[in-house]
Amino acid sequence: MRSLLIVGGLAAALVTGTAAWAAGPRDDILAALAAQAKAEQPAFTGFDAARGKTFFQSAHSGGKPDTPSCTTCHGMDPRQPGQTRAGKSIEPMAVSQQPTRFTDQEKIDKWFERNCSSVLGRACTAVEKGDFITYLSQQ
Amino acid sequence: MSFFRSFTFASLLMAGTGLLFPAASFAGDHHGSRGDDDDRVPPVTDPLTRQECGACHMPFPAALMPAASWQAVMGDLSNHFGEDASLPPAKVTAITDYLTRNAGRGSLSTGAPLTRISEQGWWVREHRNEVSPRQWEQVGSKANCKACHKGAEQGDFER
Repeated sequence: MRSLLIVGGLAAALVTGTAAWAAGPRDDILAALAAQAKAEQPAFTGFDAARGKTFFQSAHSGGKPDTPSCTTCHGMDPRQPGQTRAGKSIEPMAVSQQPTRFTDQEKIDKWFERNCSSVLGRACTAVEKGDFITYLSQQ
Repeated sequence: MSFFRSFTFASLLMAGTGLLFPAASFAGDHHGSRGDDDDRVPPVTDPLTRQECGACHMPFPAALMPAASWQAVMGDLSNHFGEDASLPPAKVTAITDYLTRNAGRGSLSTGAPLTRISEQGWWVREHRNEVSPRQWEQVGSKANCKACHKGAEQGDFER
């Protein structure tokens, strides 16, 4: 019984902790991306975590040869830390592991701009960005 | 109560972050002397340079390359050793300024500047016959100074 209470307390702390600083900005960021996605693709109906997972794990073409995929640096499991090509550790991308992920617009813009260029050789679309954030928010 | 829980959770997270990043407490004002044949160099002290360069790799001390090399690197950030490391122009200018002001002495060669630290003459001499191919495999990247030089970020390359 006591351990159940402890687990319950931890879960509550996790929920309130996350809600206190993360969900708001991320929801706003996703809403803005959804508006852009609708403008880019009139048939757009919503972001899709499964599509985001495929995008994250796939090897792409058109980018720089040393970085064919998000997983080149972030690894296949977003709940685990990644590693840059220069050997520096990267915090996990999964929101469950790193609750501040995708809450800072400037940081999001900076890394999508660089990494979409490195991996795809072009800017990412709003749908790709929204799918990516949706997938990692559920990890 | 919910405030208390949030606070506790945040504190735990912060404590965890502190453990993961002991380098964050590094006192950046320590300068090694720059004698002849000295394996200590001043570490990067400029906060912007530490933050932006340090996002992907150890912030390499400015003294490890001559100014012309830093200018060449900072002038082509969208092709940064196989990745796009673009920054807004104001940040590029500020970081270039810091790196060139604190750069090492350059060689008098007239060719294009060497843009890799691992291409500099001193680097090649210092590492020749020192590191086996198997050891390089474990290090992964020559940019990963800290794999062997534990004090590299503090400018200490003596070991």
